Order: sequence, then C-alpha cells, then structure tokens
Amino acid sequence: MTGVQPAAGATRPAGTTPPKVRRGGRSARIGAVAMVAVVAVLVYLPFMSSRGTQIDLVGLFSLVVLGTMWNLLAGYGGMISIGQQAFIGIGGYGLVYLATNLGLDPFLAVPVAAVVCGLVAWPTSYLAFRLTGGYFAIGTWVIAEVVRLLVTQVDAVGAGSGASLTAFSGLDPVFRIAYVYWMSLTIAVVVVLGVYLLMRSRTGLALTAIRDDPTAAASSGVAVDRAKRLVYVVAAAGCGLAGAMIVANTLRVQPGSIFSVDYSAMMIFIVVIGGIGTIEGPLVGAIVFYLLQDTLAELGNWYLVVVGVVAVVITLVAPKGLWGLTRGRVELFPVGYRVGPRG
Amino acid sequence: MNTVNAVVQGVLLGGLYALVAAGLSLVFGVMRIVNLAHGVLAVLAAYGSLLLGEHLGWNPFLSLLVVVPAMAALGYALQRALLDRALRGGELAPLLVTFGLAIVIQNLLLETFSADTQRLDVGAFGGASIELTDGLAIGWFPLLAAAAGVLVIAGLGQFLARTRTGRAMRATSDDQEAAQLMGIDNRRLYAVATAIALGTVAIAGVFLGSRSTFDPSAGATTLIFAFEAVVIGGLGSLWGTLLGGVVLGVAQGLGAAIDPAYGVLAGHLVFLAVLAVRPRGLLPSAVTA
Amino acid sequence: MSELTNEHSRSANATDERQRGGHVSSAPLLHVDDVDAGYGDVPALRGLTVTVAEGETLAVIGANGAGKSTLLKTIAGVLRPTRGEVRFDGRVVTALSAHQRVGSGISLCPEGRRLFPSLTVEENLQVGAYARRPGPWDLPAVYELFPLVAERRARPAANLSGGEQQAVAIGRSLMANPRLLLLDEVSLGLAPVIVRQLYAALPRITEQGTTVLVVEQDVHQAISVADRVQCLLEGRTVLEGAADRIDPAELAAAYFGVRR
Repeated sequence: MTGVQPAAGATRPAGTTPPKVRRGGRSARIGAVAMVAVVAVLVYLPFMSSRGTQIDLVGLFSLVVLGTMWNLLAGYGGMISIGQQAFIGIGGYGLVYLATNLGLDPFLAVPVAAVVCGLVAWPTSYLAFRLTGGYFAIGTWVIAEVVRLLVTQVDAVGAGSGASLTAFSGLDPVFRIAYVYWMSLTIAVVVVLGVYLLMRSRTGLALTAIRDDPTAAASSGVAVDRAKRLVYVVAAAGCGLAGAMIVANTLRVQPGSIFSVDYSAMMIFIVVIGGIGTIEGPLVGAIVFYLLQDTLAELGNWYLVVVGVVAVVITLVAPKGLWGLTRGRVELFPVGYRVGPRG
Repeated sequence: MNTVNAVVQGVLLGGLYALVAAGLSLVFGVMRIVNLAHGVLAVLAAYGSLLLGEHLGWNPFLSLLVVVPAMAALGYALQRALLDRALRGGELAPLLVTFGLAIVIQNLLLETFSADTQRLDVGAFGGASIELTDGLAIGWFPLLAAAAGVLVIAGLGQFLARTRTGRAMRATSDDQEAAQLMGIDNRRLYAVATAIALGTVAIAGVFLGSRSTFDPSAGATTLIFAFEAVVIGGLGSLWGTLLGGVVLGVAQGLGAAIDPAYGVLAGHLVFLAVLAVRPRGLLPSAVTA
Repeated sequence: MSELTNEHSRSANATDERQRGGHVSSAPLLHVDDVDAGYGDVPALRGLTVTVAEGETLAVIGANGAGKSTLLKTIAGVLRPTRGEVRFDGRVVTALSAHQRVGSGISLCPEGRRLFPSLTVEENLQVGAYARRPGPWDLPAVYELFPLVAERRARPAANLSGGEQQAVAIGRSLMANPRLLLLDEVSLGLAPVIVRQLYAALPRITEQGTTVLVVEQDVHQAISVADRVQCLLEGRTVLEGAADRIDPAELAAAYFGVRR
C-alpha cells in the first residue's frame, strides 16, 4: 500500500487534534499539471511531426496500455498471466474482421473488438481460475495457444497467413496516421485513468486487500473471485484495445506474431522494470522499454537477453522497480491515503 | 489401423511428456514454485548433446553421461544463486525470475545456434522398428524413449518413498518450518531437488531431440505439454503424471491422424476438458505432494 | 488410549555414565542471556534470561502472550533475537539456523504437533532422525515408550487422534537424540487423561540424561513434572523457584500479573 492507514483501534491521547487524512499531496498536484501538459503536447504533435514519429509513438502507447493491463493483473490482482496475447490477438483480428468483413467503421470496430475480448475472457476465466500461481500462468498460455490454433483454421481471416486491414484504404495516409495516433493516445489516457479510478474505488480497496492477504480478504467478506474475475475481464478488454491499436498502426495481422508469447515477455519486463503495483511504474517501464528497443535494435536477439537479465536482476535486487527508487516521495497517481498533522 | 497406430505412438510419446513433467512436479512439490524455464532447459540439454555429437562425434545416448550431470550441476547452481533469492521475494518473484530466465536462455540459444531446426542423430537405430502387424510398426527408438521415461519416473518414485533425502523432500513439501526443526537444511534440499529436476529434464530433452526436430523456441511447447500432463494426471501424483502424459500423447496422436494441424490442438482441448470437468485431474493424490 | 505410554520402566543404560560421573559443569547447558525477540515492533521477549542446567527439567509457564512460544522458537533458531545471546553447552548459537541447532542437540517439539500429514507415522519418526545424532533413541526405543504409536506405524500421520499425534510428535523429536528437548504446549486441545498419560513418559526421557524445557498453560501439570518453574509475564520473568517449594498463591498472582 502506498498510503498509511490509521491503525485499527488506535487511541488518541487527550488534548491533541485529530490527524488529517488526505490523499495525494504537492507532488501529485504538480504531477497532474505536468501530465496534462504532456498530454496536451502529445495531442498537438501530429501537426508538427513526421508520420514516422507518430507511428513510433503509437507503438509506445500500445506498450503503455499493455504494461498497465499486465500490472492490473499481477500488481493489483496477484495473477501472473503469460497468455494475454490471446486477447491482443482477438482485439487485432476483431478489428480486421469487424471492419473488413462486416464493414463496420474501423474507429468504432476498435472498442467493439475490446468488448468481444471481455466477452471471451469472462467464460474463459472459469477455466483459468481453477489453477493458481505458476499453473495459472501456464494455463493462460495454453488458452492463448488454443485461440491461436483456432484462428489459424479460419479462412475468413486468412488462416495461417493472416489478413490486411483494408478499411482505411479510402483515407489519405496523412489523415489515417494522425487519426490512428489520436485514437491510440485517447485509448492510452483512458486506460491509465481508468485503472487509476478503479484502484481508488471500493473494488481497488478489495484488490489491495486480496493482494496483501487473500485468505484474510476472503474471510473478511471480500468477494475474492468476483474482484479477480473483473480484473481479468478488464485486462482482456484492455489488451484487446492494444491489439487493435497495433493492427491499425501496421495494417496487417498474422497469427504467428499477434499471438506471440513475446508480448507477454514485453508486458512482464515493462512492469518489472518500471515497478509492479503502482500506476506510474508501467508508464516508466513502457518508456524505458521503448527507448531500449530503439537503442538495442541492432543487437538482434541479444536485446531480449539484455532486457531479460535486467528484469531478473531488478526482481531480485530492487523488486519495486525504477519507480520504487522514488520511495513514494513522488506520487503522480495517489491511490492510498496519508496521515499527517492537521494544518 | 491408422487409429491404433496413432494411439500406440501417442502412448510412447506420453512417457516422454511425463518425464519432463516429473521434474516440474518435483520442484513444485518441494518449493511450491513453477519453474517457467523448465521447458527451455530441456531444449538446452538437447543442444548440449548436439554439440557433443558435432565436435566429438558422440552418440546422443553417450552424451547423456555428460549432459545429465552438467544439467544437474546447473540446477544446483541456479537454485543457490537465483531461485533461493527469488523464493524470499514472495509469490510473484520466482515466476518473474524463471520466466526472465527462459527468455534469456531461449535467445542465447537463438544467437548461438540460429533458428534452424536441429535433430539429434541416434544412427541406424533411429529408423529401426518392430513390425507388429501389417501397417502397425513400433519404432525401437520411441519404445526405448518411453521405457526410459517410465524407468526414470519409477526411480524418482522410489527415491521419494525410500530414501532419507526423498523423505525429507516430502516432509518439506508438507511443512517447511517443521522440517527445519528436524534438522533438514531446506536450502540444500531445494538445490538437490532442482538438480534432480534438471537431470531428469536433460534425459527428456535429449530423447525429445532425437525423436523429432527442435529449435530454440521449442521450450515453450515442451513446458506446456509437461504442464498439461501434470494437470490431466492430477497434481502431486507421479503415476498420475505418467497417465496424464499418455492421455495427452494419445489425444495429440488421434488429432494428428485426422489432420496434422489438429494434433497439438486436440491435446490442448483434452486438457481444457479435464480442467472443466475434473479439475483435480484423473488420478489426484490424497495429499498434494 | 490407555496404553499410550508404556508404564514398565526400561533400563536406561545409554547415559548412565553421564549421570554416574556426577560431574557438575559450572556453565548451564542452556543460557538465554538478556534476550529481546518477537515479531514486528513489539518484542515478545524483553531482556529475558533463562538458564537450564544439564539434566534439569524446567517448566516455563505464563498466560497467553507471555512469550513462552517465542522463547522456544528463539532457542530452536526459528526466530532470531534482536538483542542478547543464546548459548548452548558453552557455545554461542545465536547465529546458527534451526537445522544446525538440531545437529548440536536442541530439538523442539512444536506447538500444534506439526506432523507431516502425507508421511506415515514411521516416516515421521525417521524424518526426526534426519540429523543422525547418535544416542539412545531409535525406532524400537520410541515404539517401546509409546506402544500405541508402534501399532499405528504404517498409518498416515494425518489419520491419528490428537493424543496419538502428540505422542508421535514427541517421539519424532526424541529421534533427533537431543541433549535439550523443548516441549511446546503438549496439552493443547487434549483431554486431561491423555495429557497425564503423555507426561507419564517424561521421567523415561529425563532418565536418559536429556534436559527438558516444558512450556505449558496447564500449570499443575507443568509443576508436577518439573524440577524448577519460571513464570513469564509480557516477556519478562516474574517468578521463579523450585517446583516443590513454589507458593501457589504467589504463582497465581505472578501468572495473572496481579500486584500483591
């Protein structure tokens, strides 16, 4: 927990003023202003940058969404999934199928594809939740493999060779890229804010309780399974959005790449490097991962070796990640409460 | 006849799946961690055997004499250097560390050996078979591989049931703190368990690599098949795992008999079906070990 | 259940020599020296000192939360003290881990028995001998001490009654051939008649020369088996004395922390 709760049953010596309980502080207010400024700049960016930059940034936004979703699962829900590529793929394929085969407007098809992901995740959770811990992790992976193998059999979306997103073909590339960029930025902002608001809600409190002590949370009346299922469904929808973003950006979907377990590796590395269990961590992790990807690109496979080693070392040495190095002094998204003297 | 053949081949393959799974179960039983690098470590062993074959001309069987102890030593060191630390970091840390390790090893293999598919060469023996009836033949090598799987699993079972260290592992699995009060050094025991797990997975890796082709990414399916064998059979039961491996192998064989593309999928679907209707597996043990 | 303990005495020859020698070592076998220990910020033991001489049976009593179990865990090495030292046989063992202390002759029979449920009774006893310390206790000796345990040897430990489980737990600790046996709440959840039967085995254990530290909430039972009694309150000693000379009224006051 980031905040400090008053100890249960703590008594206050007579003659002192009650402590002031507050959420956030000066750093959060400064941070909020800074973030609004950053988003404003990002909104304006297509008017002053190349198409290549916009395409690159959509890649970064998808990393932000993926990291945030994986952090929601693992950092807040306590579920390690290595099968989120199932929903990335369904989101990507959903966009192509809805827009190309059913003629839906692609910008409308993106949220619809995310809803489809949520609808698939809900019954799937009943199977996956029969497993816990590491076995849950591999179970989600099997589910992703099943989805991949099934999609490979569907001729309507190009079976094993994949399909192209042709719905944008009437649009000038300049506009198409800018629209996709704005859509992706919107999705990234909505997803991050959405998780922030979720964690400030009652459900967020329940999730924190589950993460800290599942047995106690269950006996104190928190519906553990329901909260975890909600997280699983939301994370699936979020990963679906990311998948749709990726396909809208590259205009191409292939079962081998969109269902690749490498996405899970990316998500895990982003969250571990940035800092698990915080809203800010995945943001930092996504940016670091994005920069590393750029600088280490010529290293080929060594790049994943380096990132993997970094993630292992961070897990063992600094389990709270880069954001943890701030030791809670900086808090952009205040979830917990602080207790301090009044005034 | 095709069906009978598929079943027979599936049964033989199941023995190897169970062998991979046995190490996964052992580590989980003793330390309650799932080693997500388990599959890629089997592949690493296969590449080790490949190197010995290329440079020294060693037969895969002969290479086991070096690969198995080397992998066991690696397991011991890995436990001492990385996993012990990860165990102290809570529930998520061992998963994150072993997954990171899997990615690192896989990409190191990719960088060293390229993505080309490889196969270990067991010589003329690899193609020899016993003709049972017209159209049904059992290859000597798959038979030997399955027998090795059953033998190692039986040996592991005897080790856990009869030896002082095996008993200590079961005791630690039941109650780690109480086991320490009996004088059991749990850290040493963990390292021994991981060493045994990697020794057995090395055997499995070399046999799998001789039976069919592999590449650096083969660790993923190896881990998944082993996991499916464990869950189908029932957690904590070695013989259940063997049954689970056989069921998985047969499902894959029958699926592939219908259409080669359905083999792996059929295995996954049987796994999901077991998870849905019999989540404790086909042969659940009374107490999870 | 009546035959839980074998009432017939078994000649104790293994450690006769130690007792016959009659040499009284100047240092106590166990010396817990000015120890703070506990969980989190509030120590359960506060500057506590406990000494036990070789061959002695000490009963540590006290109400819930007095620090009795914390004391045993600190001696056994499950818990590290934040201050002070634990010396055993003249050697500082504070830094030794629990499994190393078993090797040097300290064995804790933990609260709540903590048998290994998936192992049989006999396997539980065999695991008790994991440290391979030589001494009088082996499977036949434990079976002779607790004949009922012998009858249940092939059963899974999880299938036994509470009293049977406690007998196995004590036997399992004996299998380590400890010089110092720590018994934590033997009576917990057991009927008085069973508790008496279990404690009836204690003289047979001490006559082997084993030093025993008993922690009990059942004060009368504790006093009846001990040479000396030490009463704790909030992690400190509030009363100690020879078991046969302790004043019941004074003990009751100390136990409940009533000032007189």
